[in-house]
Amino acid sequence: MAVAIFLLIIVIVSVLLSFFSPWQFTEIASNWGYIDFTVILTFWICGIVFVLIGLFMVYTTWKFRYRADARADYEPENPRLEWWLTIVTTIGVVAMLAPGLIVWNDFVNPPDDVQEVEVLSKQWGWAFRFPGEDGKFGTVHVDNIDADNSFGMNTADPNGEDDVLVQGNTLHLPVDQAYKVLLRSNDVLHDFWVPEFRAKMDAVPGMVTYFWFTPTRIQQEPYEVVCAELCGRGHYTMRGWVKVDTQDDFQSWLDTQPTWADVQAATALDAMSPEAKRGREIWAAEGCNACHSLDGSAVVGPTWLNLWNTTRNLADGTTATVDEAYFVESIREPAVKIVEGFSPAMIAYDEATVTEDEIQALIALLKESVDAPEDAADGT
Amino acid sequence: MAQAEIPYQEAIPLHDPHSWITKYWFSQDHKVIAVQYGITAVAVGLVALVLSWIMRTQIGFPGMFEWITPDIYYQSVTMHGMIMVIYLLTAFLLGSFGNYLVPLMLGARDMVFPFVNMISYHVYFASVIILMLGYWPGMEGPTGAGWTLYPPQAILSGTPGADWGILTMLASLAVFIVAFTMGGLNYITTILQARTRGMTMMRMPLSIWGIGMATVLGLLAFPALFVSAIMMTLDNVLGTSFFMPAISTAGADHEYEGGSPLLFQHLFWFFGHPEVYIVALPAFGVVSDLISVHARKNIFGYRLMVWAIVAIGGLSFIVWAHHMYVAGMHPYFGFFFATTTLIIAVPTAIKVYNWTLTLWRANIRFTVPMLFAIAFVLTFVVGGLTGLFLGNVIVDVPLSDTYFVVAHFHMVMGVAPILVIFGGIYHWYPKITGRMLNDTIGRIHFWITFIGTYAIYFPMHFLAIPRRYYEYNVGESAILTQSMDILNQSITITAYIVGIAQFLFIYNLIVSYRRGREAGDNPWEANSLEWRTPQTPPVHGNWGEQLPTVHRWAYDYSVPGEETDFIPQDVPRKAQA
Repeated sequence: MAVAIFLLIIVIVSVLLSFFSPWQFTEIASNWGYIDFTVILTFWICGIVFVLIGLFMVYTTWKFRYRADARADYEPENPRLEWWLTIVTTIGVVAMLAPGLIVWNDFVNPPDDVQEVEVLSKQWGWAFRFPGEDGKFGTVHVDNIDADNSFGMNTADPNGEDDVLVQGNTLHLPVDQAYKVLLRSNDVLHDFWVPEFRAKMDAVPGMVTYFWFTPTRIQQEPYEVVCAELCGRGHYTMRGWVKVDTQDDFQSWLDTQPTWADVQAATALDAMSPEAKRGREIWAAEGCNACHSLDGSAVVGPTWLNLWNTTRNLADGTTATVDEAYFVESIREPAVKIVEGFSPAMIAYDEATVTEDEIQALIALLKESVDAPEDAADGT
Repeated sequence: MAQAEIPYQEAIPLHDPHSWITKYWFSQDHKVIAVQYGITAVAVGLVALVLSWIMRTQIGFPGMFEWITPDIYYQSVTMHGMIMVIYLLTAFLLGSFGNYLVPLMLGARDMVFPFVNMISYHVYFASVIILMLGYWPGMEGPTGAGWTLYPPQAILSGTPGADWGILTMLASLAVFIVAFTMGGLNYITTILQARTRGMTMMRMPLSIWGIGMATVLGLLAFPALFVSAIMMTLDNVLGTSFFMPAISTAGADHEYEGGSPLLFQHLFWFFGHPEVYIVALPAFGVVSDLISVHARKNIFGYRLMVWAIVAIGGLSFIVWAHHMYVAGMHPYFGFFFATTTLIIAVPTAIKVYNWTLTLWRANIRFTVPMLFAIAFVLTFVVGGLTGLFLGNVIVDVPLSDTYFVVAHFHMVMGVAPILVIFGGIYHWYPKITGRMLNDTIGRIHFWITFIGTYAIYFPMHFLAIPRRYYEYNVGESAILTQSMDILNQSITITAYIVGIAQFLFIYNLIVSYRRGREAGDNPWEANSLEWRTPQTPPVHGNWGEQLPTVHRWAYDYSVPGEETDFIPQDVPRKAQA
């Protein structure tokens, strides 16, 4: 008796939860309404099967519970019934599979008027590249990557000169324009996912993958990008933003972004002192750059741009000024003072790993890491 | 009859244990080895349980315990997954149930290769020890790469345990596969060669069909994991580039060039999908027998059930890439693998129909094993149906890598087979020990486990947030709403309760061993041969002087015109009038 009652409760609660739960899909903001359609279709077919089987079990466990004077039926097989069930199940499966494959065909074949944008992923942040006026991306290779060339651009390729490089974690896209998103990774697997757009795909180092979508809805807040493929200890911090704009707003944003030619010119004019340049090499070699950017983008830890001598709010409610003592402590014992809004993800570096002398070079780098007019490239 | 020519095992001398060590540790008796597998798997499963508490604590109450760092979290997630799939579920369903049931249900004296069988357990034990070496004090801890161990991440320093942890993991897996191969060859050979007189293939209990087919899958699938483990070890230690393309991490150059991360994923899932059925098929088989015995009715559609097991086993080798729809493989693969995946739903659905149809006009005894069997069917229905979402390539796109997936695979290959394991233990404990498990504790354990796991995993389907996140609300993020937060907390608290209930079960196992009610030879009035041994518990050699002779299938329950509602397999048929 208890079994039948509990099974009935479970079926009822499951159905109610499916319709009235506060946890629903985010409001869609792309052309992929067809994906939602296939989800809903599958939900209805599977939901009906669940209810039918559930109620059948409720009935049998109630009706045929043990009685000493009763005897079960003896019916080894019923080929007719078994055939019917097989056929009905096959029809249900086809009803889900056929529309699914049709939509998948759309999903993997971008339309003719599609534009391209590249998403470059790396532990643990995003960068973006547009092909520029010539409509062609320059070639890239990870071997080209250094402190001045984070995209690994091939300097010999003229197609790359006008490529627009978007540092930081915010991408702008124009509404109602189809985009083919080319995914690339410098290091490990990542996955570019904006829940409102429905589409997602892994970025795989060594190859270029893609998906396409058309953003259809402008909203005040940008859409959040979440990495959907485990990519190491900072996976959960790998967020970004996509702002969907009108065509005009998009164009004026794009015009503020530097091209590869701009970036090279700025590097040539690099006015940093030798000591600060040495600091920048240490910053790259010791892996500081994995979490602390020099361009203002928030990755895992606070950016070092415009950081020196500022006062920071700490997670414990106090404040601290970024001076030599604070900086040294943050390297040797990073967990002691955590800046508000960041998590204690950093490991401690001892004298054997980062020497006092190297810390001095890093401090020189920090002092000279202030906004220069030519790379005011902050997206938000 | 030609069958009489087969040399049955009557005359084969068995190894004779002389001391405690040879009787309980280096034993060649399949029943002792089954218990050894079982105890080891449960022990390592308790480790996985505690690890799940750690991760659930972090998800439900982020920041409350500072010692749960991202590294600890990801290591717990990884070890929990790997332990549950390999070292508990695979080891228990095949190592324990397989070892215990195959000879007894088939009327054999032992496995065909008892010595290899003994070695198999000890190699498995070694693999567990190697796995736990990941926690060796002073080292960096086990790998936190997720149980799928995807390169390049798994062997790069941005992932916890990228040196020592991944090495111990890969070494342990390789050793486990050696153990499995020795055990698996034994099960198959015994099923094919050592069935007693009259035990035709189509008279075997479905438990044996499930275990046998799962073993075939394991023997064909595990080698793919074996080579992956060796190739990744070489990439890690010698700097080869099987799975590693040219990469640049945090400004540092690497010497890798030309390897393919996708190759690893194909190899891993070529193993990993059959692995799902390596766990599921024995559970399918065992639960069929539990339902039939306790419903006092023959299993409905036996022949179709057998062919469904064979069909599922065969199809399970051509569906693997449905784990990779958004992995960046050639998009046209999606058409093929979605089709094969949804085809596999048909034989699977047939099994579900036949379990429920067995209940129709039955006379159901709601014993503890039967409760677990019924709970399995409902849980499996949910997990199977959500599989139709994820198997259909386009529907998978928004759901992949979210908690929908976590909920699905926990329902279908976590909770469901574990419910069968519990049901099986309650069912066969009387044969193994001669005593019944305490019924009241059993019922408490059942209700907490069934309702609890359902309350954990059913609502989890609605959490459309990425999985494997240490924390959700980072910076300006608003991805986790307040209602989701409340759900996460309730799931965590339920997980504590369900976990604690498992210690009740362990307590029951220990106490009933000495104090349980005497079981007798056949407490459930079941038909299959294991209940027909001359002694309970069966002694080494199982059958005394003469092996049993089988005259009928295992499902002659409630046969019209018979006095009792069960007729064991070794009872001769009445002479035809």
